[in-house]
Amino acid sequence: MLARTDSVSGVSLGKALRLAGARRTSDRSGGVESGLKRSSFPNRGLAYLLLAPQLFILLLFFFIPSVRALIQAFQLSDPFGGGVQWVGFDNLVALWRSPPYWAAVRATIVFMVALSVATLGIALLLAFAANHILRGRGVYRTLLIIPYAIAPAISGIVWAFLFNPSVGPLAQVLHSLGVAWDPNRYPGHAMTLVVVASAWKQISYNFLFLFAALLATPPSIVEAAAVDGAGPVRRFFAIVLPMLTPTLFFLFVINVVYGLFETFPIIDATTRGGPAGATTTLVYKVYQDGFVSLDLGSSAAQSIILMALALALTFVQFRVVERRVQYEV
Amino acid sequence: MVERTPILDAACHLILILGAVLFCLPIYFVVVTGSLSQQQVLSLPMTWLPSDQLFANFETAWRKAHFGRLFFNSLVVSTAIVAGKIAVSLLAAFAVTYFRFPLRRTAFWLIFVSLMLPIEVRIVPTYESAANAGLPWNLLVETLGLDTLATSLLGRAVSLTVNWSLVNTYSGLIFPLMASATATFLFRQFFMTIPDELSEAARIDGARPMQFFWMILLPLSRSNIIAMAIILFLWSWNQYLWPLLVTSDKDMATAVIGLRELLPSADAQPTWHVLMSATLVTMLPPVLLVLFAQRWFTKGLIDSGK
Repeated sequence: MLARTDSVSGVSLGKALRLAGARRTSDRSGGVESGLKRSSFPNRGLAYLLLAPQLFILLLFFFIPSVRALIQAFQLSDPFGGGVQWVGFDNLVALWRSPPYWAAVRATIVFMVALSVATLGIALLLAFAANHILRGRGVYRTLLIIPYAIAPAISGIVWAFLFNPSVGPLAQVLHSLGVAWDPNRYPGHAMTLVVVASAWKQISYNFLFLFAALLATPPSIVEAAAVDGAGPVRRFFAIVLPMLTPTLFFLFVINVVYGLFETFPIIDATTRGGPAGATTTLVYKVYQDGFVSLDLGSSAAQSIILMALALALTFVQFRVVERRVQYEV
Repeated sequence: MVERTPILDAACHLILILGAVLFCLPIYFVVVTGSLSQQQVLSLPMTWLPSDQLFANFETAWRKAHFGRLFFNSLVVSTAIVAGKIAVSLLAAFAVTYFRFPLRRTAFWLIFVSLMLPIEVRIVPTYESAANAGLPWNLLVETLGLDTLATSLLGRAVSLTVNWSLVNTYSGLIFPLMASATATFLFRQFFMTIPDELSEAARIDGARPMQFFWMILLPLSRSNIIAMAIILFLWSWNQYLWPLLVTSDKDMATAVIGLRELLPSADAQPTWHVLMSATLVTMLPPVLLVLFAQRWFTKGLIDSGK
């Protein structure tokens, strides 16, 4: 009997979707609405009053902006308050035909793949090591989760300094090794810098989840394999790792979301999208086009594409959680 | 754990030591560089040992980028976001789990949808909403043609539209960041695990809904609230994109944004030592929080799956 790994990385989002999806069956079987307590209060007025602050804030700063982004994507507006004109799909078509946009798509993909692979790989190695030993576990864990507390922007600033070609200590090490390190000039170097600065923070997060998942694997199975003569490394790959797949899937999606949306501060603090747009990711381009070049229509069209991506990722996350449930034996 | 594996044990310790050193190296360099003088930073090869200029450097940062003020702003904004978001979320979660009312499921879905789209994908319209918080009213006025109506009623040209900008205000920094439902969700999930018998018993004893909320639900949620507060504090203290957009007045920025001001620019002598001393002080509150409230932090992080 395998334990649910579900509780280790309780994805509120997926769980909610699942609950919502399951409501119909429970409606038929019980008489009680799902997601509602059996003994509920009948005070309607109070309920609306309690919900009002949340819904009001969401309306003002979530629903209205989201709908307006949708509308603006099909408009062409003059940044100086001239006028607004409906252009249909022109903004989206213009993006489709725009080489800088495709360059941003490529940069984003390269960035996300490098980030996810580096993050998961290193976090898995560290989690395996921390799970294997007993002494000093707590100290290692504490040291390894510190980066998570640090702001992405600060992570960017610190790594930009460490890798600064004229003063950075790590750049000096690289120079002494004969590498002509300069992220201000070489696109590859700039991308490396951004990936390292982003991974630093995210490895902590991944490590914490993997470590918790490893602690939750039932010792009986691992011990049974040990009795059968499998060594620690073999046990890890043959038994523990397959049991971790749900958590790995979950973390992969989270890392993609992080790479797509949350790395704006890191890019802004290190390379500002350069050199020559080499590290301009999709989110950075929304900001650049919307707030620097004031091309609102194009920026809104890009927002729409990102929204679609975010919705797709939510769906994937949901599917991942579904699979997690099916892993129960 | 099952057998003795001295070589693997040693390898694991080595990996962990290496990992921990690499992870903490950047922080160590922040301390070192923050304590150097201008000449020491620019000298080659750079020193790997700290010096004694930390306070002098921070004093420079304090004057140059008004760090006292920025720190105060960060504290006000983060505290307000944490308190506001937790209060609003607890009430909303209470309403959708403990009350039977029409449109309950709709309300639930409206809240749920907001989890899907991070602020990064809708920055321009969100900025417009903050630049004029009267926007929904103005849209209403426009669609219903209230201006023309009022003009014909009063017999002179009037405009009912309002202009209420949140740019460079605490409200502008706080409220848009409160507009997501992560905490609501977490509390709802937690409320669902509370035994039904509790609310049944409370009702039989004649407790009114708010009495149940204050006397039973809130004390039970204590550990969840603390964990969420820590996660939210880290999140709000570390915000970057939104404070950057919504503040143009340097005195209304947050500490993290202040660091951006200190970043070396092309036309000035780079002052990394000043920047690093300010960086050290700015990252101190979240780091201390994680170190001293590690149990809560880990719980919050794993509960929220975020």
